[in-house]
Amino acid sequence: MTEASLNEPLLRVEDLRVEFPTEDGVVHAVDGISYDVRAASTLGIVGESGSGKTVAALTAMGLTRRAGARISGRILFEGRDLLALSEEEMRRLRGNEIAMIFQDPLSSLHPLYTVGAQIVEAIRAHRDVSKAQCRARAIELLELVGMREPDRRVDEYPHELSGGMRQRAMIAMALANEPRLLIADEPTTALDVTVQAQVLALLERLRRELSMAIVIVTHDLGVVADIAADVAVMYAGRIVESGPAARLLSAPEHPYTWGLLRSIPTLTGPRARRLEPIPGSPPSLIERPSGCHFHPRCPYAQPDHARIDPRLEPVPGEPDHRVACLLEPPLRHDLWAQLRAGGTAAQALSATTAGVPEAPA
Amino acid sequence: MTGYIVRRILWGVVLLVLVSALTFVLFRILPTAEPARLRAGRGASPATIAALRRDLGLNKPLVVQLWLYMKNLFLHFELGYSYHSNASVRSLIFERLPATVSLTLGAAVVWLAVGLPVGIVSALRRRSRLDRASMGVALVLVSAPEYWLGLIVLYLFAADIGQVKVFPGSGSYAGLTSDPWKWLTSLLLPWLVLAASFAAVYARLMRSSLIETMGEDYIRTARAKGLTERRVVMRHGVRAAINPIMTIFALDVGTLLGGAILVETVFDIPGIGRLSYDAITHADFPIIQGTVLLVALFIVVANILVDIAYAYVDPRVRYS
Repeated sequence: MTEASLNEPLLRVEDLRVEFPTEDGVVHAVDGISYDVRAASTLGIVGESGSGKTVAALTAMGLTRRAGARISGRILFEGRDLLALSEEEMRRLRGNEIAMIFQDPLSSLHPLYTVGAQIVEAIRAHRDVSKAQCRARAIELLELVGMREPDRRVDEYPHELSGGMRQRAMIAMALANEPRLLIADEPTTALDVTVQAQVLALLERLRRELSMAIVIVTHDLGVVADIAADVAVMYAGRIVESGPAARLLSAPEHPYTWGLLRSIPTLTGPRARRLEPIPGSPPSLIERPSGCHFHPRCPYAQPDHARIDPRLEPVPGEPDHRVACLLEPPLRHDLWAQLRAGGTAAQALSATTAGVPEAPA
Repeated sequence: MTGYIVRRILWGVVLLVLVSALTFVLFRILPTAEPARLRAGRGASPATIAALRRDLGLNKPLVVQLWLYMKNLFLHFELGYSYHSNASVRSLIFERLPATVSLTLGAAVVWLAVGLPVGIVSALRRRSRLDRASMGVALVLVSAPEYWLGLIVLYLFAADIGQVKVFPGSGSYAGLTSDPWKWLTSLLLPWLVLAASFAAVYARLMRSSLIETMGEDYIRTARAKGLTERRVVMRHGVRAAINPIMTIFALDVGTLLGGAILVETVFDIPGIGRLSYDAITHADFPIIQGTVLLVALFIVVANILVDIAYAYVDPRVRYS
């Protein structure tokens, strides 16, 4: 790696679009998203199921090509456009420079091979190393991810391990070739809460020790708060808000992010506030709502929000914090202040409109 | 594991006892020809028939007959003697077994060699023209009756009656040890005919099993590891997809080893199927009894073998 490239992001996604033609119409799974991942840092991509976050991750691995996806935009990894690579070039990159782990480690590991055999296979897919050396390396990797008795575990089958151990085995397999980037798709969703915390701590330790960047895809803002330096919130195939995690979680700008934050139970909030789920369900990605895609579910939407398509723009005074929302920044600020004080969406709305005489009727 | 196998074998023996008792009773209760009358020939006097009944043991009560039969079978492995020819049923079966084994195993090789690759390619190129064409042909072969297909093939290719005289025709079977070349050539057509419908079934089974497997999460993982697509398909997809097919294969081979009646009859191959067919036309109970028991034995053994094999190919299956 040259000095100049140190300032370049490790991964830069520019205006990525992924569409799947189906019998019912074109599914706009990813609709023009852009983000950067800096070397050795963690980006969290957050959204409900069906927001396109997993498709975006799989596309970076070149794993949506086979499914007949129409892909446009650029995915620059260390300056190379992955979308322009041949399938064979992409294969050499997968599991080698970019690795991926998945939601359900039991179904993601092959049931008929031992954990060790699967790690050995991952190494030998990219390196000409003897099986004995690979086995030694597999044991070393299992130890690295915190498995006790790695020399015994290496010969066990996935079904013989607990859920947390399976995800550790998946992580060990992903790390086999010391990737520069690890994409983790809901890595903790299928695990018990205590195990979730362990796996997140493991990922964070590995990121530091191996100076590996992580993209963590999750529906859980709690996970993001634990581990991510930067966050992108996705809704209906688009990024609706992005920025440094500390800033975005403490001063969120988008009503959808507010909804996500307010649907997390917390023991340490300002008071025992009620959980407030986001009304409605995620929109169809075939027939998307007009204007701001979130307007049918947004308590604060105004009539012209159904017409105008918001752009992702920096928040005034915060160049790194970007949001795609049609509400005026001062109004957003007041609304969030009301919500944070424990008000419901309706209370926040009446309080703020009363105080802002020129607000549209 | 050993305990499990022993239990399975004991159960298999119990099953065989039940099957032999059941066939014994069934064939004697069903309204069928009187064996002694058939044996005695046309116009035999009632005295001759009565004497024959006594000789064959048919005058004893059914329960006594059953008891004697079961005793001979399970203590002396004796299947009795043909009503028709007086030959020992056991030696008849051993005489006929090589032809049936040759026919079955050869056909099994053919149907696996054709069916599995076709199924794999169809699964990988789902909805392609190749897939549609293969599955269309498979449907025709599944639907074509063996005897019909056998006659068509003989009409086209048999050395005696064929339009293109390439292969030896019906009744040309020779044992492997007596004339290997003749054995091979005479079995080619029967192998193809017997394998046709099985190849079609196995292509469809392999196709659906592999399509399902290729949608599994672990296939996505295999791709994410950067494996070549060939390795993803063969080592991860086919390896998992083939397990259920193995079960069906063992049962099919077991059943066929008990006699492929239609193909053996059309091609006049002196196998177990032919033996059963002739025995049925002569109401030759001991032989029918023997061949039915043979089929049951093969199926029971195939089942046990499948269960044991499963423990080796699928680590999730553990017997305690």
